[in-house]
Amino acid sequence: MTEVYLNQFLILAAVLFSIGVYGVLARRNGVMVLMSIELILNSVNINLVAFSAFRGTLGGEVFALFVIAVAAAEVGVGLALVLLLYRNSKTIDFSEVDAMKG
Amino acid sequence: MKFLLAASEVPEVSFTSDVGGGFNIILEYVWVIPLIMALSFAVILFFGKSLGSIKIGDSETPASSTIGIAAVGTCFLLSLWAGAAWIDHRDNFPEADATSVLEHGGDGEHSDDAEHSDEAEHSDEEGAPAYFDGDGAPLVDASVGGAGAAALVEAGEDGHSEVHASVAILKGFTWFQSGGHEFTVGILVDGPTILMLFVVTLISLLVHIYSTDYVHGDRRYTHFFAFLSLFTASMLFLIMSRSTVQFITAWELVGVCSFALIGHWWEEKPNSDAALKAFLTNRVGDMGLLIGMIILYFAAGRTFDIMTINEMAVAGEIPRNTLLIAALCLTAAVMSKSGQFILHTWLPDAMAGPTPVSALIHAATMVVAGVYMIARLYPVFFEGFAISGSSINALALIGAITVVFGGMLAFVQDDIKKVLAYSTVSQLGYMVMALGVGAWTAALFHLFTHAFFKAGLFLGAGSVAHSVHSFDMKKDMGGMRKFMPTTFKTFVICSISLAGVFPFAGFWSKDEILVGTGGWGLFGGSGGSNGAYTLMLVMGLVGAMLTGAYMTRVIYLTFFGEFRGHGHPHESGKRITIPLVILSVFAVGAGLLNLPPGFITGEEAGWQERFGHFIEPQSAAFPPIGHATPSYTLAIVASILGLLGPAIAVFYYFNRVEARSKVEGRSLTELPDGLTSRVPIAKAGHTLLAEKYYLDHLYTDVIAGGTKGPVADMADWSNKHLIDNVIDTAGRTAVTAGQFVYTKIDQPLVDGAVDGAGKASSAFGDELRKSQTGKVQQYAAYLFAAAAVLAGVLIIVI
Repeated sequence: MTEVYLNQFLILAAVLFSIGVYGVLARRNGVMVLMSIELILNSVNINLVAFSAFRGTLGGEVFALFVIAVAAAEVGVGLALVLLLYRNSKTIDFSEVDAMKG
Repeated sequence: MKFLLAASEVPEVSFTSDVGGGFNIILEYVWVIPLIMALSFAVILFFGKSLGSIKIGDSETPASSTIGIAAVGTCFLLSLWAGAAWIDHRDNFPEADATSVLEHGGDGEHSDDAEHSDEAEHSDEEGAPAYFDGDGAPLVDASVGGAGAAALVEAGEDGHSEVHASVAILKGFTWFQSGGHEFTVGILVDGPTILMLFVVTLISLLVHIYSTDYVHGDRRYTHFFAFLSLFTASMLFLIMSRSTVQFITAWELVGVCSFALIGHWWEEKPNSDAALKAFLTNRVGDMGLLIGMIILYFAAGRTFDIMTINEMAVAGEIPRNTLLIAALCLTAAVMSKSGQFILHTWLPDAMAGPTPVSALIHAATMVVAGVYMIARLYPVFFEGFAISGSSINALALIGAITVVFGGMLAFVQDDIKKVLAYSTVSQLGYMVMALGVGAWTAALFHLFTHAFFKAGLFLGAGSVAHSVHSFDMKKDMGGMRKFMPTTFKTFVICSISLAGVFPFAGFWSKDEILVGTGGWGLFGGSGGSNGAYTLMLVMGLVGAMLTGAYMTRVIYLTFFGEFRGHGHPHESGKRITIPLVILSVFAVGAGLLNLPPGFITGEEAGWQERFGHFIEPQSAAFPPIGHATPSYTLAIVASILGLLGPAIAVFYYFNRVEARSKVEGRSLTELPDGLTSRVPIAKAGHTLLAEKYYLDHLYTDVIAGGTKGPVADMADWSNKHLIDNVIDTAGRTAVTAGQFVYTKIDQPLVDGAVDGAGKASSAFGDELRKSQTGKVQQYAAYLFAAAAVLAGVLIIVI
């Protein structure tokens, strides 16, 4: 049985977070962007649960549960937006959508 | 016993008033009565017109008058209830409390048994005047001197606030506080309040009913009834005022209502002038009222409470001179409100209003407010003018002069209402005189009887005028008895009552005033505890002669001779005649309420002085009311003199003028070669009267004109030379300054700055918009970059 350190979780979370950020910034497909956001949120969840476990309190877990619930709602809204975007402009490519250009 | 109540240190004195619940509960809720009238005013004013008319039987009545009559009818019934409750309350009140010595509240928390018994002894020794023993003997209760007053001011020795039992019902609360001054409002219900409640609501009810016919089809019918309601409400509010602030408020409200009603037909200039005159003349007196009340406020240790002021006045806690000044100021208010000579001039002009209003103003409301004020704050006048010790004082003198001078003016008027107006002036003079000589009860009794016969006379005059469409007795009336039998009969009854003929109501009240003057040592009487006011007695007797004579003249000119007007006069409708009949019944019988003691010898006293028994406030907050011994001699002398005046008038009109009319073949109103056209002195006298003692000339030409001309000239000069120049210079300077500012400051600086700001922000915006690509991911990149920078900062800082 190997020892488990807090750092390992934090590194995992950081990796996931970076992948997420990369996905949000680089991917052009709207659905992929939403999935990347999920990655970011989940990396945060890992951090919360990890800290919570190491400190021996339950607060982090409870918080993670909240994040999951909010993330579900966020995805619901996000997918609806993507759907509407497709209906209106026949594309879900974010780089082509610039109606708000100043 | 220590007397702690020094002028500087005023212990809290409060009263308990227990009406015992049940039937008498109305006494604590009399404030409902003015409230009903005020609501009626609001409803009529806001909804009167839109409610249209209500069909009763086969006649349509506008809703406004129906609401008014319903409201005032309810008030009348409540007043009757209150009256019955008061009689019960008054009779069941412990005698010792009711007379002079106020005991500490028996079951109040501050009661102290030892002191209580002390008090009781005290009352046995010196309190309870013989008057209340009820054995019917002629009574002079002069002994209720300082004892009661002293007992009142005995504060609890440990500085406890004191609780008195009071026969008067007191309710109230603090309205607001400002700078340490406490404004309390509430009701004060005692005998005079109950009396006025009855008089005001009854007269108002009759006037309301009468008005539905009299102002039928008027252009401001709704408005008229709205203000009748407000007028009644104000007067009812006035009579139950507990504090002087409340009193002043109601006093002014009454003034405003009279202004609105006198100027009811304001389209005609004389009417609106009359309304203004009434209002402005009253302002003169109102200044006195305000100053007097303020003096009393400070003199009585910062209180507006009428009872407290009265107590302190009686107890001698306020210096005599302060009271004298306050009383003089308040007398000015009485002179304007109650039409006393020389400020009476507004009153005859107030006849410009509709006749029912005149009846209401002159019988029940406005003009008696002044008399009521004296009655309310009687201790102030009593102590201030030293009524009990002197034989002449300002109040009595003003009243006496008004009695005679007002009565004389009535002779030269051709307008029937103006005769009655001067008659009112004269009768109010009696009331003020009675108060001035210390005959408090007689004054209120005369107020009571006068309300009925004067309202009857006014409404009767209105009935005649309604029929002939004029108030001019000489031109448009004459011989009306044939056309209007009911009006004629009631008018004559009321006139006889006014003239004071036995046994009509006016006789009893006038006789009581004359007795009260006490100036008739001549006939073997005494004036009770007060001084001997011989001059007032003489003036009163002269007034009685005049009253009968001018009323005879009115009756002859209006109802006898031949009809001199146009058209076909006819008797008025039921809504006019029924109030007349009711009023004339009171004019006959109201005097029986206060039969003098010893009038029916050998009988029980049960029916004598009932009025005085129930109306007189018996408390330490009131000076002893003197009861003079009545005498047959004086009554007979007064009656003979009172009949002598009418007898001369009857001889002149019914004999000489009537005979001359037959000779000339037309209805005459005076002898063409009478005394006034032959004898220079009589002619001059007539002119003096016809010009109303030149008082109006004095006011408008000398006082107003004398100040108006120079003031106007000065104003004109200063206008042309000073103000014009200043304004011109200011104008020019302003233009120059404006131009300078425009060319040198506004255009280059302000405009430049504004333009520059606009241009700068526009250019900046152009630069900034380049960053707004509309691409979501670029924004996300900014977000993460910023987050990263913040994280970096955080790490470095920590």
